[in-house]
Amino acid sequence: MEKSKWMEMYRIMRLIRLVEQRINDEYKYDEIKTPIHLSIGQEAVAAGVCIHLRKDDYIFGTHRSHSQYIAKGGDIKKMIAELYLRKTGCARGRGGSMHLVDPEVGILGSSAIVGGNIPLGTGTALASKLLNNDRVTVVFFGDGAVDEGTFHESLNFAALKKLPVVYVCENNFYAINSHQLSRQVGDNIYKWAQNYGMPGFQIDGNDVLEVSDYAEKAISRCRNGEGPTLIECLTYRWKGHIGTVDDVGEGYRPREEYEYWVSKCPIKRFSEFLKDQGVLTDELIKKIDQEIYDLIEEAFSFAQNSPKPSPDELMDFVYAD
Amino acid sequence: MPWTTVQVEKLDNFFIMGDHTGDRVLTYRDALREALDQSLARDPRVFIMGEGVDDVAGVFGTTKGLKEKYGANRVFDTPIAENSMTGIAVGAAMAGLRPIFIHARMDFLLLSLDQLVNHASKWCYMFGGKVKVPLVVRTISARGWGSGAQHSQCIQGMLMNVPGLKIVAPATPYDAKGLMISAIIDNNPVLFVEHRWLHKTTGYVPEEVYSIPIGKGVIHRRGEDVTIVAVSYMLVEALKAAEKLQESGISAEVIDPRTLKPLDEKILVESVAKTGRLIIADTGCKTGSVASEIAAVAAEKAFHFLKKPIKRVCCPDTPTPTSDVLEKAFYPTAEDIFAEAVSLVRE
Repeated sequence: MEKSKWMEMYRIMRLIRLVEQRINDEYKYDEIKTPIHLSIGQEAVAAGVCIHLRKDDYIFGTHRSHSQYIAKGGDIKKMIAELYLRKTGCARGRGGSMHLVDPEVGILGSSAIVGGNIPLGTGTALASKLLNNDRVTVVFFGDGAVDEGTFHESLNFAALKKLPVVYVCENNFYAINSHQLSRQVGDNIYKWAQNYGMPGFQIDGNDVLEVSDYAEKAISRCRNGEGPTLIECLTYRWKGHIGTVDDVGEGYRPREEYEYWVSKCPIKRFSEFLKDQGVLTDELIKKIDQEIYDLIEEAFSFAQNSPKPSPDELMDFVYAD
Repeated sequence: MPWTTVQVEKLDNFFIMGDHTGDRVLTYRDALREALDQSLARDPRVFIMGEGVDDVAGVFGTTKGLKEKYGANRVFDTPIAENSMTGIAVGAAMAGLRPIFIHARMDFLLLSLDQLVNHASKWCYMFGGKVKVPLVVRTISARGWGSGAQHSQCIQGMLMNVPGLKIVAPATPYDAKGLMISAIIDNNPVLFVEHRWLHKTTGYVPEEVYSIPIGKGVIHRRGEDVTIVAVSYMLVEALKAAEKLQESGISAEVIDPRTLKPLDEKILVESVAKTGRLIIADTGCKTGSVASEIAAVAAEKAFHFLKKPIKRVCCPDTPTPTSDVLEKAFYPTAEDIFAEAVSLVRE
């Protein structure tokens, strides 16, 4: 991989982190009136996968979709405006944080029903096959979605039809407070792929280079008409399931577990690697951060100064023309 | 021969005088097949998927031969996974195609409600109109020959409560073809409600491609004394009842809403304004039925025209029994509509 792509992945991960932290900081003012699910700690998955996607490829995210939207190149101003439920938001204030959309870059909408996006992404992949084009779809979902029938039904169909879709499971081990092992026998989600007739891998989702490596191969298989792949990325969310709460210790996640994963911070690891390679310096880190802060400031200012929808728009968009 | 086909073959031929005349008579089944055939031919984005759509029976003949004509990429069989297959059709629609997904029984539609209700129907609104879902879902309700509780449901009433979903329920061959073409052209998810007992009915159907506006009902028979609004197969029973009422000196107006959502309220209110009496016949169970919704519209918008209480002729609120004796007791017929009309007009 070229060094310019390393730097782009670093910039995207940093962008996700700083956008999420700013949302986290602003949430207490009660102007973001929508449930939020932050991706802090999971940045490497979206960044490592989307670096290999073209603008016209599709992605489908979940309720926890900020990272994927940003990594795929979704408009940040429209995203923040959507969190503020403004008329200028990407979904014109109809969707909120869980429903981000930017068709210009292949984001056709994220679903807040666990597993609900898996058939949709399988469907856009079916369209690529029927239209005989080489557009690839990536579906992101959590370990909770593997409990759902849609995961199994969709993988079966995608393999049967050799569809150009990559299933990326962001396994952060928890569905709200319920651990994977209290919901599933075994901790090998990737093994489902074997019976569905596609390659399946379990990888370190906090290592952006490993994610990128596996994603590149899977995406290239899709472009060559070789069918779907399942990639299970082991990762961890730092914040609680919803909002800005921390759900660590005392009846929640064990503190040692949380601290172990924080020590495996994907951005820290990658920045150390880039420094070792001599392509990143403290000065450059500051410069990149400053550019990101400016971009974030612009997006929040745009959002906070945008008009809210007016009540007479209530019935608009129930049906398409 | 499949069991419901045995039942349908036993039905009398019923020729429906539609709102169209001509010299070309087709069955409802062949009218549907022609609409699908012509749509596949004129628009390369259209494709058909569903369990058994490419087999020799071809969904009671409605898709017969289409795979041979258009290829396995345009007409294909699917796994028995109603929910995900619906979502897959929805995804394909988002990417610019025009899928037609078929459930051979309406009961199976219940397995797909997450994708139909939570996703397809909400997508346009939830994303501020930025993504469209031009999808047709065909469902067929069976009846008789012991279809039983899980192979005979008519749940269209339940689905009227879903914003963003259009529902059509054509009863005549002419409407079946025209509304199928409209449903395919429409940029929204459209539920296409069929009744197995309508497949054999015949009527005049033009050969050319034509569409019927979604949201417009039709008056099948003009009358003065009582309005009978009949949904889907109940149109056949309502027309039989109207004929018999005529012999008894009662003039019934028979209306088919054709589209259940959005409903043609105007045609309903105008008819009730004239007759002052309203009977609504639906194929579903009574509570929360299409008949309930139509009755509510009449109560809200035509109350002052009503001379008598509104009557609903529906199936009772029980699961469908399998026994032929109980089945006979379960389904309302022309006799029930006739009796209600007589009591409304004479008492």
